[in-house]
Amino acid sequence: MPISIKDVEHIAKLARLGLSDKEKDKYSKELSDILAYMDKLREVDTKNMELTAQVSGLRNILRKDENHEKVDVEKIKKIIGQAPDREDNFIKTKPILEK
Amino acid sequence: MNEIKNLTIRSTLDGFNKKEFSQEELRQEFLELIKKENKKLNAYLDIFDGPEAKVMSGVLKGVPCAIKDNILIEDTRCTAASKILGNYVSTYDATVIKKLKEAGAIFLGKTNLDEFAMGSSTENSAFGLTKNPHDLSRVPGGTSGGSAAAVAAGLTVFALGSDTGGSVRQPASFCGVVGLKPTYGRVSRRGLMATASSLDQVGTLTKNVYDSALVLGVISGRDHFDSTAVLKEVPDYTYEIDQSIKGLKIGVPKEYFAEGLNNRVKNVIQEAISKLGGLGAEVIEISLPHSEYALAAYYIIMSSEVSANLARYDGIKYGFSVSEKVKNLIDVYTRSRGVGLGEEVRRRIMLGTYALSAGYYEAYYRKAQQVRTLIKGDFDEAFKKVDVIVGPTAPTVAFKLGEKTSSPLSMYLEDVYTVAINLAGVPAISIPCGFIDKLPVGLQLIGKHFDEATILRVGHNFENN
Repeated sequence: MPISIKDVEHIAKLARLGLSDKEKDKYSKELSDILAYMDKLREVDTKNMELTAQVSGLRNILRKDENHEKVDVEKIKKIIGQAPDREDNFIKTKPILEK
Repeated sequence: MNEIKNLTIRSTLDGFNKKEFSQEELRQEFLELIKKENKKLNAYLDIFDGPEAKVMSGVLKGVPCAIKDNILIEDTRCTAASKILGNYVSTYDATVIKKLKEAGAIFLGKTNLDEFAMGSSTENSAFGLTKNPHDLSRVPGGTSGGSAAAVAAGLTVFALGSDTGGSVRQPASFCGVVGLKPTYGRVSRRGLMATASSLDQVGTLTKNVYDSALVLGVISGRDHFDSTAVLKEVPDYTYEIDQSIKGLKIGVPKEYFAEGLNNRVKNVIQEAISKLGGLGAEVIEISLPHSEYALAAYYIIMSSEVSANLARYDGIKYGFSVSEKVKNLIDVYTRSRGVGLGEEVRRRIMLGTYALSAGYYEAYYRKAQQVRTLIKGDFDEAFKKVDVIVGPTAPTVAFKLGEKTSSPLSMYLEDVYTVAINLAGVPAISIPCGFIDKLPVGLQLIGKHFDEATILRVGHNFENN
């Protein structure tokens, strides 16, 4: 199925990716080619076939709902310290709601 | 000491025992060698040349190793070869790193990869491509190209990589080293940056099969921080590695020798299979009927998981962030991801987003998961008849730098013999089995779930006879 520039813009918006006009054009061609190859899967009869999402054979690995590691203040500081924009021990972001 | 390039784990430990060198002397020798030779290869992104390491004990005491730069080592930089993580510092040790430290291994540095482990040539790195030590005009394979090149060039004793669709085995094949991808669930993924969570597995790159068995024994096992790491006894993988393979049933899937396989590679692989027959194995032709659909199913599933996993790189919590001329939160996301993530990574995020989006989910993601069931079923059926499956690791030898970068699809086709193994979750190993014009060819041995011991045994027998 061909992917139009409009499709690319829609997907990029969903994925929060900024693209230049040149990139939109390039990705529209490349994604069309790749998806044309993927259409091969239509040949396979999968009527009533189960889905495989994972192959470990495991189900619902549970643990008690309790802390198993002590709170490590230094580690928390290290983690917060990696944020590009912060104030004290908080990560700063731009506003979500605009005036 | 001039032979350090050829040191295996066993010969390193021997050297310590015979007092040929101390742990620190050996570390310094390797660091010097890396500083001299890494410029032409770019196998290492970071080199750990800090103060004298303390004397280690354990089964890998003092053995130098290299780690793919998508595996966390506390307080060191970890970039996944992406601009978006260019300044990221790991805040904890991956479980495999913790286990290697406990076993006494010494870390020489972090190795190059395709950004976030997406690619087949290590050309998709934000920090420059890696070259193949056998021919500097060719790729080392990918995505663990830095690890494979470092082992092949003797710039480490062994290395860790990660394998989502062939990323340990294909570079091992191209660089002429041994690359093992364990069963999904054998090794913890905690601290391995997630690419596609249902497929990712940490693997080893070594100079021989015995070393793979040794390292696998160290890094395997259950982990409370990764519930997919299975509670299952970890055997001593070296224990019966010397046993003969007489009477073992080895299946050759006819689909792996069809169109697409380079003729000269085919000849080398067929010779290798005859050799296994000569060692007493019973060689049987088998069929994995859905093989031709594996690549399409893989790239849909892989990209879909990628599109979700990489949502975390948003320019807010850590890493690269665009701050100029951004008005609101959406701007921060789109600009930071647009500039910080490379071309192939963005391509796969879009492919995955599309495959999961309303209207296309049924035709792509759901369909691919159904085909995955069929592919897994092919292996289950085949392993009722045979103990091991054998075939090529890659359809070609190492290709030229830049040869496939203009066509994403032709790059994807490099993974045609490796992706089905990840979809089925079974273990596989690539071992060197010959050369074409001085370029190595890899033989792929595929085993039953959690039966790494048998493929290691076959590989070890092949290597030593």
